[in-house]
Amino acid sequence: MNVKPASRGFHWPLLIPLLVAVVLAALAIGQYSLAPSVVLKTLVAPIFSAPGLSSDADIVIWNLRLPRIAAGLLVGAALAAAGTAYQGMFRNPLVSPDILGVSAGAGLGASLAILMGLSLPLVQGLAFLGGLVAVSTVYWVSGLVRRHDPILVLVLSGVAVGTLFGAGISLIKVLADPSVQLPSITFWLLGGLNGANKEDLVFTLPLVLAGLAPMVLLRWRVNLLALADEEAAALGVDVAKLRRILIVAATLMTAAAVSIAGIVGWVGLVIPHVARLIAGPEFSRLLPTSILLGGGFLVIADTLARSVASIELPLGILTALVGAPAFIWLLARTGRTG
Amino acid sequence: MNRRHFLGLLAALTASPMLPARFSAAADKPLLHLFGRLPPSDQVQRVLAAGSPAGVLAYALAPQALLGWPMSMQGEKSRLLPDAYRNLPHLGRLAGRGSTMPLEKLLALRPDVIIDVGTVDDTYLSAAKRVHQQTGIPYLLVDGRLQDSPEQLQEVGQLLGVSGRAAKLAAYAEQTLGAIDTVRADHRSVYLARGADGLETGLPGSINTEVIALAGGRNAVAIKSGGNLAQVSLEQLLHWQPDLIVTQSAAFFERAQTAPSWQHLHAIKNHRCFLLPEAPFGWLDGPPSVNRLVGVNWLANKLQHSDLQKGNSQPWEDKAAEFYQLFYGTDRGMDIFAGQTVHL
Repeated sequence: MNVKPASRGFHWPLLIPLLVAVVLAALAIGQYSLAPSVVLKTLVAPIFSAPGLSSDADIVIWNLRLPRIAAGLLVGAALAAAGTAYQGMFRNPLVSPDILGVSAGAGLGASLAILMGLSLPLVQGLAFLGGLVAVSTVYWVSGLVRRHDPILVLVLSGVAVGTLFGAGISLIKVLADPSVQLPSITFWLLGGLNGANKEDLVFTLPLVLAGLAPMVLLRWRVNLLALADEEAAALGVDVAKLRRILIVAATLMTAAAVSIAGIVGWVGLVIPHVARLIAGPEFSRLLPTSILLGGGFLVIADTLARSVASIELPLGILTALVGAPAFIWLLARTGRTG
Repeated sequence: MNRRHFLGLLAALTASPMLPARFSAAADKPLLHLFGRLPPSDQVQRVLAAGSPAGVLAYALAPQALLGWPMSMQGEKSRLLPDAYRNLPHLGRLAGRGSTMPLEKLLALRPDVIIDVGTVDDTYLSAAKRVHQQTGIPYLLVDGRLQDSPEQLQEVGQLLGVSGRAAKLAAYAEQTLGAIDTVRADHRSVYLARGADGLETGLPGSINTEVIALAGGRNAVAIKSGGNLAQVSLEQLLHWQPDLIVTQSAAFFERAQTAPSWQHLHAIKNHRCFLLPEAPFGWLDGPPSVNRLVGVNWLANKLQHSDLQKGNSQPWEDKAAEFYQLFYGTDRGMDIFAGQTVHL
């Protein structure tokens, strides 16, 4: 992808139609075979007649595929946006949204709920709560340490708390009934959108938007976090406050995404890089590019997850299988031309 | 089911077609593997179960000799047990790397024999051998699936010195499995819903859905991949349209009744979704041991008499009570059906 800085403005007309094409393809693909013409007819039907789910095609498209694709877009966008914000904030390209332990916390919450045999909304609720608890703990712990670089302290506390919560997950796995609960926990930790429905969207969408709003509003200032703290402060940025706001925003989004999709790695790490290759490092341009790419990538991965094999493949596996080779290819190409 | 099952899921069970179930027990494979030498059968007083399937088998045969549970038996599960066995300690399991019981605790318990039940492979054999070498305690591995349960009960019962009781239990198993016509043409399809979202299931031929095949049903999951557990989507279920849905997850059962997207399945619409008890041991699964015989019995009854349900002479509570009395020595548990909206 030999995009020169001068041509960066041109990627919008390409990305948006691409995303629309991905969504349309995803709508037409699935285990319940529907001819493309039927899919199209089902999609436009509500325009001409009163809404009502009569045929199986209606149910498949409106109740199953669309909510699932929407969930994929939402989860992908949330993870990519959070990853973009974190990579800028931590000034480190290896940072992903779970650097502050949100995935480990969510995993612990969900495992605990499965161990207790709770209902699905409670599993999701505890996962969300677990993510918030983990990040709050990290933030609190990092506040106790004063004499080091605040970024380094945050990352190290994140690693430590993440490990702690990870140990909690392992402990629950050991205690879980190996024939009933353990498989459920394992499947949850591998991620997947096979249960995604409208209620999930109602729960997640406001949280993701709430997290996205401060990122969009503060998009100019986020760029300044690339500078050393003193320099940014000299330019009038309250670095600690901005960092706090970004952490809260990214955590809300990630925890909401993880609570409905389980742990989906790789998106939040790699999509921001790809976006940076396309749009450059400027945050106000990087963020929307990341969101579009993240959403599109996750819909592609999820469409593969539900269609390449006769069973559902875990989403976490697919994102890595698809993402890693694509990323390496991209790295190699841009390395040569750049 | 131990961790080794779980890890070996994808590989181990490829070669188990759903052909005549009663005859698929491989004749050349021994049912029992023994490391060490057992004391004379009348002197076996202390039995340690290595995993939950063995726990159920040992409890059914010789509850007085069982040292404790390899799995946690809390709440409802222990409430249904007779007073004498309700407070047996939770000892943890022995499963190679997945063990939660320290070997020193094992020694301190001084068992006369360790019993484990499951699909025997080399990993499993070598782990058992090592425990025997380290502790000197005889280690009995019982291979085989649900269709082998009459033999399992009989042979293990003999070694434990409870041949009389074993014969009675084996007869029940034999009768249950023998009475079912698994070669009928009109196999109804059954979907086993697991997990709180109901989208986790056992594939055809897996140990998790043995009950369906043995009861004369057909697994609704139309996938021939030889795996064990997998996740599916509602879209696939809509395509398969199972005649019957069975589950042990109360969380899913509630969801199936209320979640709009599930209402498009004929089985849900026609009230053919059933929540089965999991206490003291599951009817369908969890653990995969002789506890599933009652589930086979129930499902076969459901599949064969679904049209004349109302005229059914013996209420199902009685048959379940008979099983609970015979295998678990308890008359508790029948009230668990009364409070639920289960269609039994």
